[in-house]
Amino acid sequence: MYPSEYLYSREHEWVRVEDDICVLGITEFAQQELGEVVFVELPEVGQVFDTNDEIGTIESVKAVAEVFTPVAGEILEINEAVTDDPELLNEDPHGEGWLLKVRFSSAADLKALMNAEQYEEFVKSGDA
Amino acid sequence: MGSENLERTPLYACHVDLGARLVDFAGWEMPVQYAGVIEEHRAVRTAAGLFDVSHMGEVRVRGAGAESFLQRLTPNDVSKLVPGRAHYSGLLTDQGTYVDDLLIYRLAADDFLVVVNASNAPRDFEWIASRANGEAEVTNECDRWALIALQGPKAKEILEPLAPGASAIRYYGFQQGTVDGRPALISRTGYTGEDGFELYVDPEHAAPLWRRLIDAGASPAGLGARDTLRLEAAMALYGHEIDETTTPWEAGLDWVVKLDKGDFAGRDALVAQKAAGVPRRLVGFEVEGRGIARQGHAVLSGGAPVGAVTSGTWSPTFEKALGLAYVPPELAAPGTPLTLDVRGKALAARVVATPFYKRAK
Repeated sequence: MYPSEYLYSREHEWVRVEDDICVLGITEFAQQELGEVVFVELPEVGQVFDTNDEIGTIESVKAVAEVFTPVAGEILEINEAVTDDPELLNEDPHGEGWLLKVRFSSAADLKALMNAEQYEEFVKSGDA
Repeated sequence: MGSENLERTPLYACHVDLGARLVDFAGWEMPVQYAGVIEEHRAVRTAAGLFDVSHMGEVRVRGAGAESFLQRLTPNDVSKLVPGRAHYSGLLTDQGTYVDDLLIYRLAADDFLVVVNASNAPRDFEWIASRANGEAEVTNECDRWALIALQGPKAKEILEPLAPGASAIRYYGFQQGTVDGRPALISRTGYTGEDGFELYVDPEHAAPLWRRLIDAGASPAGLGARDTLRLEAAMALYGHEIDETTTPWEAGLDWVVKLDKGDFAGRDALVAQKAAGVPRRLVGFEVEGRGIARQGHAVLSGGAPVGAVTSGTWSPTFEKALGLAYVPPELAAPGTPLTLDVRGKALAARVVATPFYKRAK
């Protein structure tokens, strides 16, 4: 269910590391909790954030979820496909539904994240 | 969340079988969605949806004095209700504000069924019973009725074979008959803005009837879709558009109030508020900026809060964010631009006439 090469935050974001860039998205658990996504607000390319800053929002019919960045860094790219068609987040949250790419400034941020096995445990534990 | 403390309707097992997502609503474990809010909403608008609303409350009021008792307790004109008709009304405080909104069904000259919101059921029963003063017999019938709502343009063709003659029931009329051979009060009412029926049955008949209607083509629909549907139809929800701080005038429910019928609870306060000028108005709005406004978000004028959103959502029919809000009378005209404070960001919106959605006749 959860790709083994990704890292995961307690806020239900996933991160895929490609050299000094992180691709960021929300997890299957998060999209299920949200329901059908109707609106996505993402930051602008060039914006710089600290670890755990709020960088956007995802809205379903019934709920709003804030998106936090697990890594500090600069926004390099946002996924226009998702802002045009928010349902992508429900259909393919780990793939086509990626949200943005960050050039991250500190590898230490990654150490605070969970691997796939730990994230699955976290979700199952009911503390999620 | 401790689901051991939540109540369950007779349809609980049906919801589990259908894979519903269940949530706590007013102390009941209820389905918020099955296939998804948007899909269920669209099924009601284009075909037929089925809602379990058995958690709603029922109060029976009987006796020779029942009509005059209800007449002084509620703002609408009970003397105009003939057997086989229902009307929309409320319970008001002496300040003319809402304790609850409700439906009154006249079963016979001296026999009424009052149907109230689940969230207020125990309180409403106490309110009504404590005011009867021997004028009428007031009985709590919450456990006696299960309630299933069948709503949508295909509702009547689904129901007719199971309840011959049902399609001839007029809007806000009802019949005491049978559905699929089981006794039922069949009412041409609903909370979606579509044609449809509300079926009051004995709790032990609820699950077989539910399954029968699903087999006949109705799609199960949960509380999520119930909310988006009623909001598009601009129907009030207690705790949002109406509560103990709001009068029918403010909520745009003038038509419920019959000042000329005689005295009733809250009448003096309503007369006074009309004379002094109604201080705020409920309006519909469409969001023009990017975002969704929701309950509690402030309406700003000159940077200061002057009102608040009572309900807001993304509308599956119109594919845009819309909602209802209280504003000062000078901002109430359709076309007026509004600024909404959504989590610290200013969101542009505009007042529009309601209802947002009206079904084709």
